[in-house]
Amino acid sequence: MKYLCLIYDNEKEWVKFPKDVQDKYMGDYGAFTEGLKKSGKFVGANQLQPTQSATTVRSRNGKISTTDGPYAETKEQLGGYYLIEAKDLNDAIQVAARIPSAQSGSIEVRPIVERPA
Amino acid sequence: MGEDLAAHVRNSVDAIYRSDSRRVLATLIRLVGDFDLAEEALHDAFAAAVEQWGEEGTPANPRAWLISTGRFKAIDRLRKSAKFESDASALERIQATEAPDDQEDGVEDDRLRLIFTCCHPALSPDAQIALTLREVCGLTTEEVAHAFLAPAPTLAQRIVRAKGKIRDARIPYEIPSRSDLPARLDTVLHVIYLVFNEGYLATSGASLTRADLSGEAIRLGRLLVELLPEPEAIGLLALMLLHEARRASRTTPAGEMVLLEDQDRSLWDQARIAEGVELVESALASHRFGPYTLQAAIAAVHAEASSAAATDWAQIVGLYDVLSRADPSPVIELNRAAAIAMRDGPEAGLALIDAILVRGDLTDYHLAHAARGDLYRRLARTSEAISAYQRALDLATQETERRFISRRLEELRLTSPR
Repeated sequence: MKYLCLIYDNEKEWVKFPKDVQDKYMGDYGAFTEGLKKSGKFVGANQLQPTQSATTVRSRNGKISTTDGPYAETKEQLGGYYLIEAKDLNDAIQVAARIPSAQSGSIEVRPIVERPA
Repeated sequence: MGEDLAAHVRNSVDAIYRSDSRRVLATLIRLVGDFDLAEEALHDAFAAAVEQWGEEGTPANPRAWLISTGRFKAIDRLRKSAKFESDASALERIQATEAPDDQEDGVEDDRLRLIFTCCHPALSPDAQIALTLREVCGLTTEEVAHAFLAPAPTLAQRIVRAKGKIRDARIPYEIPSRSDLPARLDTVLHVIYLVFNEGYLATSGASLTRADLSGEAIRLGRLLVELLPEPEAIGLLALMLLHEARRASRTTPAGEMVLLEDQDRSLWDQARIAEGVELVESALASHRFGPYTLQAAIAAVHAEASSAAATDWAQIVGLYDVLSRADPSPVIELNRAAAIAMRDGPEAGLALIDAILVRGDLTDYHLAHAARGDLYRRLARTSEAISAYQRALDLATQETERRFISRRLEELRLTSPR
């Protein structure tokens, strides 16, 4: 059985932490990921860019609309995800708008933090 | 360098800054791939121009000189800060981008790229406006803040956030593809129209600044038509010119509102009207026009009439018919009803407005009630006119509009038998 662990944290508080606290946190993440890999339970993980970089995509009657920010309605719940490779945000929006749920709900498009391999 | 020469160089650099800094910036953003870095490079390049043009003379092609100098300045800046991984890769990317040989090539495309990027639909409308005024028009953050009556730090924050999103979410610096163009152009036109209306309709704040904002929107409209002569861009420019032509007659010297039918038409700017009418005709001739062109056509019919009574109301109704099919909205229906009242008499208009209100669409829209009040007033049905205007007054929030409705109410109460 696979499980998706969604990480919720206060991004406004996070940027206020002193550098050493942030470094410790990131160190903890590194150690946790390593441990998970050793235990064989690791499938994949990514850090997301902050919500300020988010775009919400909807498609209604064949017309794509985009909104700045993460604006799922309260009656909409997270139901799945696609991790995609796209040239730029326009390309990503085109893909997101074709996800079937874009017609009834909304798709939040958030860039992944890129790290050197 | 002698003092005269220094002053001369400074003046000529200032003149080129005013005429060309936005073009240079637009190209630098493409070459260096980052708004902030491009702005720093732009300022470095102009500072270098002040120093070097005095000694070496003004280059044959100042714009090309500034672009190439800006690009090198950006590379310098990145080299100095290349301790970070991201700077090193940015440096590699810029150095891989060949500086174009003929700098004139593609410069106009860069200006369009800048407009479309600032008006990208993944940015909030507030951010689109702020970024467009800042980057495309070259207003300072303080000037943008002043025009929108917002604190400068709020505006600065909005611009920083928008640039952050362009960078982090990788909003591309490009002219939209043909299939995306209509929708993307709509966003650009909407931003320009919002800027115009902010200067034209808002009544708070220093009036001078507000007029400047309309002027800025017209400049933007002209730039867009020059770069991308699409019918709706032409239609929007015409619409703004035809509205702007009436600015002097819209308020009394004391700042009171004057309705179209009561305006002194000798104050209308005939040069702007002539230009607007010509633009409307060319947009209509394309047969690919939309709501902006139709609104401009309506404004043109008004502008060409010598009085409210002499207005071709049948033609205005016809244009509203087309407009309400192209862009259905209750407000357009209301305007159509007002035009029908002028063509067929107040009862015809009232019946249509009441039908809209029964649907519940404009129940809380003060202008729907003011329009009813006016039609009852024309019919000398004073008590109905008073209650409609009273409802309008309860709903209106703008000071000049409130004063106008109050004056109407006073006049009606004087004629009322009670």
